[in-house]
Amino acid sequence: MKNPELGIIRAALPDDEILTKCIHCGMCLATCPTYDLTKLERSSPRGRIQLIKAVADGRLEITPTFIEEMSFCLDCQACETACPAGVKYGRMVESSRVLIEDTKENYAIPDIVKKIGLNYILTNNLALRTVAFLMLLIQRSGLQFLMMKSGFLKIFNKNFNEYLKLLPKMKFKTTRGLLKGVSLKPERSRYKAAFLSGCIMDVAFSDVNLDTIQFLLKNDCEVFIPEKQVCCGSLHAHNGEMKTAFALMKKNLDAFLAEDYDYLVSNSAGCGAFMKEYGHLLSDDPVYSIAAGKFSEKVKDFSEFVHLTDFQTKLRPPDETVTYHDACHLVHSQKVSQEPRQMLAKIPGIMMENLNESTWCCGSAGIYNVTRYEDSMHFLDKKMQNLKNTKADVVLTANPGCMLQIEYGIKKYGLKMRIEHPATFLNRLIKE
Amino acid sequence: MRLERVQINYSIYIAFIQVYFLLFIACSFRGVDFTSGIKQIGLAVTELVIDQLRRICGSASTLTSREDKICYSYDGTPLFYQEPEAILFPETVEQISEILKLANQEKFAVVPRGAGTGLSGGSVPLKDSVVLVMTKWNKIIELDEANLTVTVEPGVVTGDLQKTVEKSGLFYPPDPGSSNVCTIGGNVAENAGGLRGLKYGVTKNYLMGFEMVLPTGEILVSGGKNYKDVAGYNLRDLVVGSEGTLGIFTKILLKLIPVPQRSITITSSFGNLTDCGNSVANIISAHIVPSMIEFLDNTTINCVEDFTHIGLPRNAAAMLILEVDGRGDVVDYEANMIMEILKKNNAEGIRSTSDAEQANTLKTARRSAFSALARKRPTAILEDATVPRSELPVMIEKVRTAAAQNNVVIGNFGHAGDGNLHPTCLIDENDKAEVDSALRAFDFIFNEAIKLGGTITGEHGTGLAKKHFFEKSTPAPALNLMRKIKSAVDPNNILNPGKIFSNSPKCESLKLS
Ligand SMILES: Cc1cc2nc3c(=O)[nH]c(=O)nc-3n(C[C@H](O)[C@H](O)[C@H](O)COP(=O)(O)OP(=O)(O)OC[C@H]3O[C@@H](n4cnc5c(N)ncnc54)[C@H](O)[C@@H]3O)c2cc1C
Ligand code: SF4
Ligand code: SF4
Repeated sequence: MKNPELGIIRAALPDDEILTKCIHCGMCLATCPTYDLTKLERSSPRGRIQLIKAVADGRLEITPTFIEEMSFCLDCQACETACPAGVKYGRMVESSRVLIEDTKENYAIPDIVKKIGLNYILTNNLALRTVAFLMLLIQRSGLQFLMMKSGFLKIFNKNFNEYLKLLPKMKFKTTRGLLKGVSLKPERSRYKAAFLSGCIMDVAFSDVNLDTIQFLLKNDCEVFIPEKQVCCGSLHAHNGEMKTAFALMKKNLDAFLAEDYDYLVSNSAGCGAFMKEYGHLLSDDPVYSIAAGKFSEKVKDFSEFVHLTDFQTKLRPPDETVTYHDACHLVHSQKVSQEPRQMLAKIPGIMMENLNESTWCCGSAGIYNVTRYEDSMHFLDKKMQNLKNTKADVVLTANPGCMLQIEYGIKKYGLKMRIEHPATFLNRLIKE
Repeated sequence: MRLERVQINYSIYIAFIQVYFLLFIACSFRGVDFTSGIKQIGLAVTELVIDQLRRICGSASTLTSREDKICYSYDGTPLFYQEPEAILFPETVEQISEILKLANQEKFAVVPRGAGTGLSGGSVPLKDSVVLVMTKWNKIIELDEANLTVTVEPGVVTGDLQKTVEKSGLFYPPDPGSSNVCTIGGNVAENAGGLRGLKYGVTKNYLMGFEMVLPTGEILVSGGKNYKDVAGYNLRDLVVGSEGTLGIFTKILLKLIPVPQRSITITSSFGNLTDCGNSVANIISAHIVPSMIEFLDNTTINCVEDFTHIGLPRNAAAMLILEVDGRGDVVDYEANMIMEILKKNNAEGIRSTSDAEQANTLKTARRSAFSALARKRPTAILEDATVPRSELPVMIEKVRTAAAQNNVVIGNFGHAGDGNLHPTCLIDENDKAEVDSALRAFDFIFNEAIKLGGTITGEHGTGLAKKHFFEKSTPAPALNLMRKIKSAVDPNNILNPGKIFSNSPKCESLKLS
């Protein structure tokens, strides 16, 4: 055996069925943002798959270049959408990241910060709320402004000011603080929808959460928000922290199984995509496999759900032109791209502008825009050029990461445009 | 296990030595240094050579890491892998010229590469070779709307070129299934065909001129914007389809035509393959020239449907996707004639549409056929046998026989209107017995194609994958002339050597024949 770590590698990487599927035809190259940028085969899906295979076969060690390419990948899964052979690229790159984490001997400071964030803050409601509160204090007290102006943060990293701008603005209210473990019933009820408040969504996008819930209620849906729910675990899984992810998944299954419901409506594409994977990820679990399968089947993105169940309220025609950006986790991971457009097309008098390359990643990609700020800006640049060409007033997208990134882009490029979640947009159009 | 399998049969080795010896004597008589073919591509890419390459291209454009070598060890062809010693991204014609001169001096092989979607191993590296990648040469230099021509760098992606010229109401018809990824340089080097070959021809019908660095480092410019030009030998027809063995394209001048005014796309399914094959033959003999007649068999239909979910007829034995284009009523007239013929041949579910988006969905689905077949098994080996169009029904049947006799799954699809089929064996390349069965099936298919007056490759080229069939099936005078041309242009055999044919009768070709 050339590679002493082959045992670990075999355990971490997907089985041969997935590894040998790629026939290196290259049909995915045209959709890969990193290949588009470098034109190097090693930053293409096809090249990365060959590298992963080489590691799996023991022909290649886990080298710095290997680590770099796995981290350069946005995990946007555009290549999965493009691949006619059905290669599960996402699973390959994510398990390579697990492998890289498992075989790491030393951690750099950013690694440690990331680990603490993922494993201790996002997993713990109290810690998350405390951090959110501290951030709220810093952001709203003027302290952040002072910190940025003084420039002292640049000692840590030259892009530190930009990181702060990319962080979500904390809200004074959070969903579960507001609506604790309740079932909300409208007068007439057509469906019962379970709702995941999420971690980041809960503290930083509570307004979107409230809009979603209100819109569902107005559309005659009962809303069930389990109290014991936790972060869905997707950020952990995408960053190689599988153990934590599994623990979170199981907690959520327990929380949501407490009551029966028709659909679980998700307003965050990343969470939705990952919850649709629970069934597969836990398929070998002796206790949770069946429950996870059922749970995943009921998960629907907000737009999927609304398109399926139709509007029950009268909407007024919007006075602004709208364009739609496909969040990777919706279009590529969940293959949901027609439903949001069809849902929007049903709004009376809507003016839609087509966004060129709408399915290209905006560079947010989870925490990619913080961990790889400079690369991320290349992808944002392309997105902003295309957005600018639409001349739309509002850009709609269904993922918190994309919302933060595009909002940052709108400011950076000085565009007169607003980013909004479809739920917020719809909720504003309801005629009272 | 049968006894023959356990025994070692030395007679092959003895015969081998005898043939080698005879050839040696024969070559000595003719004053040819027989060993040159083997010796010249020696262990020549030394550190020193790499240093010199770095000096020519710059270190950032000279990749030598193990990771990069792995990532350029393949193209779109199954079963062929070889890591190169370095990967180069030259930026100027002069750099390319210098690299080739150095290759002659130090005797190492240079393998040109576009997007690496080739299906015959054309850009798969050789032992001790460097790969020269042209993807960064992706500028459209000039669109001449007065003369209907476009000048491009060879790394321009075919689909990008098509989109750009269509904005000006112009049309570049060659449309390989890989058009979103493959490069014009690769298309010219392979004389690529595609979905519209039937009415509009293939790449060679659009090549008007080119700039090329010859293997010796000289820079050749030939052709131009003249619609007619008969001065001297037609070098365009020599270099088109030369598979990177005669020179490296650095500039390409292409002919354009006006975009067809409108088009109608027709789909239909069949309960058996015979009806499907006869439909195609009848359409051709009725003197209708559709812009596209694409064929998919049941296996292919199902794999493509698994990928696209557009409602293809899963139970049909085969389906055809046809398109007619042109001006005004003629299009409707031809579409109706085609539908009549389809009906007569018991076609079911005949549908037609003039909606561009729907047509595009169907074409995109068709383009994915080869890769989609890989859903079934880890390896999809695709071939490219082409027969005179009247023989298509027979050939479709022969492919079925090949699959049955050799017990392999073959998905069949292709450019039926061109008589160009892509029978694809679905196997696992790690299973040696399966690979052997696939190779036997192809052997059968190729022999049958040639018996029907066909050819082993209609558009994917010979490269490494079909080299031994080519050498076997080409008459000696033609093969000898090609070898002479190659050695005249590339005396040291440094540019993509051993692709298409071996330049000197090396053991390689003997072993396989
Ligand atoms: C899914 C799929 C569908 C396909 N469909 C079709 C089809 O319908 N019709 C068809 O004809 N082919 C088809 N192909 C095959 C392939 O796409 C074509 O052969 C294409 O022309 C290759 O272009 P490339 O840029 O990828 O070149 P590569 O594969 O990189 O190279 C091909 C050959 O060209 C040479 N070359 C590349 N660039 C240069 C240059 N600048 N100068 C000199 N030589 C050069 C290389 O040495 C090599 O011999 C398909 C392939 C795939 C994977
Ligand atoms: S991932 Fe799919 S599309 Fe990309 S090279 Fe592999 S098989 Fe082809
Ligand atoms: S996930 Fe995105 S960035 Fe990564 S290889 Fe696929 S297309 Fe490229």
